[in-house]
Formats: sequence, C-alpha cells, structure tokens
Amino acid sequence: MIHKTASKYATDLDLVQQATLDDRSRHLRRLIFRAIENGGRGHIGPALSLVEIIRVLYDDFLRHDPAKPKWRERDRFILSKGHGCLALYAMLADRGFFDVGELDRFCHFDSFLGGHPETVVPGVEACTGALGHGLSIGLGMALAARMTGRDSKVYVLMGDGEINEGSVWEAAACADKHRLSNLTAIIDYNKIQSAGSVFEIQNMEPLTDKWTAFGFRVFECNGHDVEDLRQVFRDAAAYTGDRPRAVICHTVKGKGIPAAENNPDWHHKSDLKPAELQIVRSALGS
Amino acid sequence: MRKRSLDMVHTLAKRDERVVFIGSDLSPNLLGEMKKEFPSRYYMEGIAEANVIGMAAGMAMDGFIPYVNTIATFITRRCYEQVAVDLCLHDLPVRLIGNGGGYVYAPLGPTHEAIEDIAIMRALPRMTVTAVCDAEEMTRLMDATLDWPHPVYIRLGKGGDPVISKAERGFAIGKAIDMIDGETGASDVLLIATGVATTQALKAAGSLAADGIRCRLLHVHTVKPLDADAIVDAAGQAKLVVTVEEHSVVGGLGSAVLEALSDRLTGALPPLKRLGIPDKFAEHYGSQAKLMESFRFDAKGIDATVRKLLAELRR
Ligand SMILES: Cc1ncc(C[n+]2csc(CCOP(=O)(O)OP(=O)(O)O)c2C)c(N)n1
Ligand SMILES: [Mg+2]
Repeated sequence: MIHKTASKYATDLDLVQQATLDDRSRHLRRLIFRAIENGGRGHIGPALSLVEIIRVLYDDFLRHDPAKPKWRERDRFILSKGHGCLALYAMLADRGFFDVGELDRFCHFDSFLGGHPETVVPGVEACTGALGHGLSIGLGMALAARMTGRDSKVYVLMGDGEINEGSVWEAAACADKHRLSNLTAIIDYNKIQSAGSVFEIQNMEPLTDKWTAFGFRVFECNGHDVEDLRQVFRDAAAYTGDRPRAVICHTVKGKGIPAAENNPDWHHKSDLKPAELQIVRSALGS
Repeated sequence: MRKRSLDMVHTLAKRDERVVFIGSDLSPNLLGEMKKEFPSRYYMEGIAEANVIGMAAGMAMDGFIPYVNTIATFITRRCYEQVAVDLCLHDLPVRLIGNGGGYVYAPLGPTHEAIEDIAIMRALPRMTVTAVCDAEEMTRLMDATLDWPHPVYIRLGKGGDPVISKAERGFAIGKAIDMIDGETGASDVLLIATGVATTQALKAAGSLAADGIRCRLLHVHTVKPLDADAIVDAAGQAKLVVTVEEHSVVGGLGSAVLEALSDRLTGALPPLKRLGIPDKFAEHYGSQAKLMESFRFDAKGIDATVRKLLAELRR
C-alpha cells in the first residue's frame, strides 16, 4: 500500500495500517453497522476511514449543542465527501442530534438519513454528495462568521480523490486570498479513490507542498490514532498565523473490517449479501 | 443496459481505431478487457468532470471519437459549460454516457438523481439526446453513434431492465418507434414515452387495451432531434395524448412534444397530459420503483391517469 510518492511523510504509514481501535471507536463502528444492516447498503470503506477524525472533532473541538443544531455561535463541520455520511450519522446520533433508532431506517423511503447527507438531518450543515463543493461553502461560512464578528470555526473534510476536482483548488486560492484563519481543510488521505489507488488514478503528490503553495499552514497525522489527532488539532488551533489550515490525516479505507481495508471493492455495496453482512458483523460486533 | 453500453464501447473500439474510452473515477476494473486490448485508448481519469470533457474535445478535434462515462448528474451538471462550449460549439463527435438517468440512484438522494439531464442537454444546440429502453436497443443505438457527426448524450437506465424492443421495428437516431402491432393509426390514447418509462407505458397499454381502450405507443428513444413528423401525425389521430418520462416535467420529453405540437399542428391541440417527476428534488430515498410509483408514472399510475382523463373527456 505504501507508495513511494507518499513515503516522505513524517507520519509512519505502517503505524496507520496497524492502529488499534478503542471502545469508543468500536462503538461508533457498530452504530455504522446498524445502518448498513438495515439499509442493506452503503459506502462502507469511505465511512470507516474517517471515524476517528470526526470523533475527535465532535468530542474535543467542535463547539456545538445537539439540542440547538442551528445555534448561531456553533462551529461548522462540513462533510464534503458526503458519501462518508454513515460515520457522520453515527456521530450525530451518538451525540444526541437525533434518536439512535433512526439509524435503523437508513435509506428507507421515509427516512431522513439517505446515502448522502442533507440539511434535513439535524446537525448536517450542507447537502453534499457531489464532490468538490464543501471547501467553497466552508469558506463562505468562514467569511460570514468574520463579517458578523463571530469566532466560529469551520472545518471541511474532503477525500483524497475529491481533491482532484478543480473547484477545490479555486476554493483554496480564495481562502488564501482572504486569509481565512478560521477555516480548516481536512484531507482523509486513505490513498484510494473509487477506481483504485490514488497514485494510479490521479496522483496529487506532493500533497503537503500543494496545500502549502496554496497558502495553507499544513499539519499531518495518523488519522486513526486518537491522541495524534487531538494533538494535531490542538496544534492547528494554537497556530496564531493568519493562514487557513490544512490537516492531512493518513487513514485506511475500510478501517476496522479487515476484508474491507485498502480494498476498493468495499467502496460502495448495495444489496449486501448475508455473507458480506456476516463479515461486517464479525469484525465490528453487533 | 449500462453493461451493454460499455461492452459496446469495446466492440466499437475493435471496429474503429478512432474510438477512445474515458472514465472519471469509476469502479475498479471497469472495461478491464478493453484496457487490456487497447491500453492506449483507455483512460481512467480522476474526479474531474470538467477536465475530462475538455480532454475529450481535444482528442475529437484530432479525429478521435471519445466515449466519456460517469454518473449522469456529474456528466451533465458538473461540466455543463465544457459540454456547451468545448463539445457543442465545436460540434464534436464526443459521446457522453450518463449512468443512472432519473431515479436509478434513489437511495443516494438528489445529488445522484438526474431529473433534468434531458432538459439541459436538449437546450444545447447540436446536442443529440437519447434514452433507449433496454439493452438490446442500446446495442442498436451504440452502433448508430459511431458515425453520428455530433455530440450525443446517452442516458442509461438501471440495468437488468426487461427487454421490450424488437430489432424488426428498426432503429435510427431521431426516429420514433411504434411499439404496438396494429396500433399505428387512430387511437383513444396516444402514449409517448422515452427510456425505461416506455416499459411502464407498454404495460399500461396492455391493461387499458384489455378493457377495450385503443392505445398507441410511440417510443421516443431520441428526444433530440425529435421525430416531430411522427408525433404530430399520431397526435392528430388521438383523442388524448399522455407523455411519460422518468424526468422532470420541466423541459423534458413532455415539453418537447408540446413544443412540436404547438409549432406544427394546425387546428386545436389534442388534450395532453405530462407524466413525470414534478418540479422538485426528491424528498424520499427508498427505490426507483417506489419513487416512480409515488409520482404515478409507473404502469399502474399511467393506467389510472388515462382512465380518469378519458372519463373526463366523455363528460
Ligand atoms: C462530482 C462527483 N463526481 C463523482 C462522484 C462519484 N464518486 C463518489 S465517491 C467517489 C470516490 C471518492 O474518492 P475519495 O475522495 O478518495 O473518497 P473515499 O471514497 O476514499 O473516502 C466518486 C468518484 C461524486 N460523488 N461527485
Ligand atoms: Mg480516498
């Protein structure tokens, strides 16, 4: 999996592959499984690579109030790679934005939890699913916060394939122009997009240099190591410069289900077979 | 239908060395056989639809015939200006294969539901807009695209759709097809449908005919250029016209038919009802079939609408 183009990272990519999951990470994955099992489908790999990122954000950094999802002073989190929504739904349900039981109706006709997140879901800030929109929306929110004198922060999580889109780099240049220090771009660097390895389909290396050249202050971490994630977001918050931040999180697509890890075939599954559900169940527990 | 269309790209590539495939981050190993046989004419690019359309344009300017494939919403909405300027303004023979027309991706929500693709593609000068009804007809369409000198939009259904088309009825881009033997003249109701909606309309025609209602069904696999001659002629002999499409009622087949009738038919227009997706984003997930049912353009809904309208007309 470790490709020479990415091997110069300070983060040990072997440790990313080997990272073990604690109780809370396993609990969140079990919530994801609830939705998958009841919906019979889902973008499985894409959700499992970002569980720890989202968990650390919501548990330790994002100013939010599940009882008041539209609270003006809240921080904003945009899941720009909307297809990772199973993790967001699990997190929002766990924090009480809506009843956990809603996960059982994932993708059902009358459910508000669909295959991509929409703003009808309490806690979801933007309708995503078409890739490459989140950073522009996020920078608009960051400018709105600045114009109204609020100290709200905006976090935008993108996929490493998603950043192929030109619109992402239009947004990056614009965030630099406006010196949006209240904006943080997060890359779920799981090294796989839909068709296969990002290094074969569309290599974006040197990634750190690219974000740096676009005016961002870049941080890097093991996206499954909760302590490492906390430290990097603390560092990013402590950084006092006027530049937007980018946090490159090294992750494993499908993390937590060995059969799905680093496996493009588990990007999306519909009509999950009993055998596949059993694979998920035995990995995550029910 | 989707698989057939891609397999046909490979078949056409064997037949003609101008044929190139360009995908935008699709499934692993998609068209793997073609990649093996013609590695230099197979491109799996990143998630960058606007770029991929410009790239296809550049190849076409040098004589190639690129077949570009990705999800329908992204190959239409995401790169609309590239399609308009790079492809249509230059009148280039690039083929856009859009996965999941209509509600195929119902569980994935509005970002993945191509409800206005026919309308926006149809609005572009020089664009040809097609929506065949099954895999067999897809073969005939793909054959016909090879030497078609303009850009073509190819709307795909879900796959595994029942085969209702027949080779003996013929196929030509821009020519509507009568789908019911013996019903090619006067009718109580003229159904005009495109894509897999034709399958629903055919089913409805069966249940209506069982009760003595004379139905004619025109299958419009090419919404642009529209077969206005056939439509105007058939509508002139019908008591009622009902259009059916898995698409917004704004700007799709129904609109195209109304435009043609209004422009060409002398005298009174026949009563015409457009069945399709109302002017809104889906508010439900579930399945394609369930959404079609809820907006009443599945076979049952068509049947009920026709009976109701005919009864009103008799009053
Ligand atoms: C504009 C757009 N083009 C294509 C797609 C289809 N699509 C959904 S997920 C995906 C791959 C995304 O890869 P990446 O950003 O690496 O996220 P990961 O799946 O690894 O989490 C693609 C191509 C889309 N959703 N939006
Ligand atoms: Mg990825």
